[in-house]
Amino acid sequence: MKELQLKSQRFRAEREADWRRLEGLLRRVESRSASSLTDEELLAIPVLYRSTLSSLSVARATSLDHSLIEYLESLSTRAYFFVYGARASFGQRIGRFFVETWPMAVQDLWRETLASFAITVAAALVGYLLVANDPSWYGGLMSDSQGRDFTASTSDLRNVLYDSGGKDSLAVFAAYLFQHNAQIAIFAFALGFAFCIPTVLLLAQNGLSLGALFALYASRGLGFELGGWIFIHGVTELFAIILGGAAGFRIGWRVVFPGDKSRMDAAAAAGRSAAPVVAGVVLMLVVAGMLEGFARQLIQIDLARYAIALATLVIWLGYFYTPGRRKVA
Amino acid sequence: MSTLGTSAASKDIRDFVTPEGIDLRLRIGSVGERASAFILDAVFLFVGALVFIIAVLFALGALSSLGAEDLKNGMGDAMMIILLIGVFAARNGYFILFELSPRAATPGKRILGLRVAARDGGRLTAEAVFARNAMREIEIFLPLTFLIASIGGVVDPISGWLMLLGLGWTLLFALFPLFNRDHLRIGDFVAGTWVVKSGRERLSIDLLDAVEASRSQFAFTPDQAAAYGIKELHVLEDVLRRKDAKTMAAVADRIRAKIAWRKGPDEVDASFLSAYYAALRARLETRLLFGHRRKDKFDKA
Repeated sequence: MKELQLKSQRFRAEREADWRRLEGLLRRVESRSASSLTDEELLAIPVLYRSTLSSLSVARATSLDHSLIEYLESLSTRAYFFVYGARASFGQRIGRFFVETWPMAVQDLWRETLASFAITVAAALVGYLLVANDPSWYGGLMSDSQGRDFTASTSDLRNVLYDSGGKDSLAVFAAYLFQHNAQIAIFAFALGFAFCIPTVLLLAQNGLSLGALFALYASRGLGFELGGWIFIHGVTELFAIILGGAAGFRIGWRVVFPGDKSRMDAAAAAGRSAAPVVAGVVLMLVVAGMLEGFARQLIQIDLARYAIALATLVIWLGYFYTPGRRKVA
Repeated sequence: MSTLGTSAASKDIRDFVTPEGIDLRLRIGSVGERASAFILDAVFLFVGALVFIIAVLFALGALSSLGAEDLKNGMGDAMMIILLIGVFAARNGYFILFELSPRAATPGKRILGLRVAARDGGRLTAEAVFARNAMREIEIFLPLTFLIASIGGVVDPISGWLMLLGLGWTLLFALFPLFNRDHLRIGDFVAGTWVVKSGRERLSIDLLDAVEASRSQFAFTPDQAAAYGIKELHVLEDVLRRKDAKTMAAVADRIRAKIAWRKGPDEVDASFLSAYYAALRARLETRLLFGHRRKDKFDKA
């Protein structure tokens, strides 16, 4: 074997096997998963990681081989992300989400949720009063009335409420409604970033059209029946949209009033605390889509519809706001 | 701690101290790299969707040719649902699921050697991944909507101007990464993440092992070996690793002139350079052990 002249050369010859071993283990972890390693190999990674870090600092102090230092930096970085990265399995993460993360996050947003609820209710009232006093407002408030407007006959309007809509297309309808509403909820969240304003507009528009629709049906004496038609799925759907808006408010508010943190950190903290709410909102909208697509078309009795609406309200409120949940740090 | 940064992109290097107290000096993904990664991902998604839709249509065609009309109607509904939900799930799930994996990167990012990391050095949580990808809606799809709307047959001038206003406003989100030091997009901003380079550097050979010529052929005097500093050593390392004959000849001539070295009758540029590299590095590393880090040839340390 050739004589090694420099200390940095000897240093490399001594440590290289360890680096190679760590690199091989990381490659297997990254391309498959941690479970493809034996316990022994898994335990070896942190040890090898620390020895590589120490190699890196020695190399920086004594070696002028640039490519060696770059290699050690990249290897240490990869190992760092594995050693300090997330460990919980996917299943565990999902479980924790439902038991803890989601309801805690919703509870945490209670102020924003109230604000968002108040905006929706106020907008609905305004929409109702406007249209009740002057039906010409209706067209302005409803962007897409789907044939439900003041020119429609009372019996047509009634038919909309009890139309089973050709049973075979129900599922498609449900799927369409779900993805449409889910997109809106994600928007309400994402737009909160722009100082809450677009979120307010989105919520207000939602409330206004709800109020306008009620005014139309009330003018024909169908208000109670419309309530059943809407709230059977609407409790879930409106709740979901209100929560999406609340999540948007959290971010927008913290961007405007960051408190004693920097604006950057405040936005990041708000984003992370509100994100589970929106993930949950998407799931709520799956439920709402099911209720709207199936339950509403299959159940034609008003009181039964109201009963389901009430049941969903109790279930959601109970799930989110039951006291006694503790954050497991 | 280190003054080694010879790469031109040193303004993209960020201090990142591990709990063990070592600075990993992470490199931030550049705007170009991130845009390319996104375009790759978009292409993957689009091609995936196309293949999926064609498969669905073929399945439907096969069913109707079998004459199973009733079955076909039922299947048609099922396919419609799968399409609607599938597109939604793909658009939102693709980024989230890949970024939750141990590599914390979508295929596009992997190809460019990027990964997502928490800015505070902690672990990358699912919340952060969800938040950064939910924001994609306003960064990509909102401007796109306005763009399509403003191109697609808007007749009256007022709503045309409104559309343009909307487009400008949403472009502000899309172009956000250009206007901050860490190239954060709004999603990163809100989730407390950033995208860093995490390539798989290969360990190349030590150039000293490649010095084949005998030491007697190239006996540099101490003065000759001390003509340059660390910066020049790294340039020389680069040249030697690239093995481009023309550059090597030019560099060899420059060095010979600088150190007043007379070229031998059958002296090869490559062996001269690698011998000089060995001598220079030996000299500089010895000085380094005594605490003198000579930055470049102008440094008199």
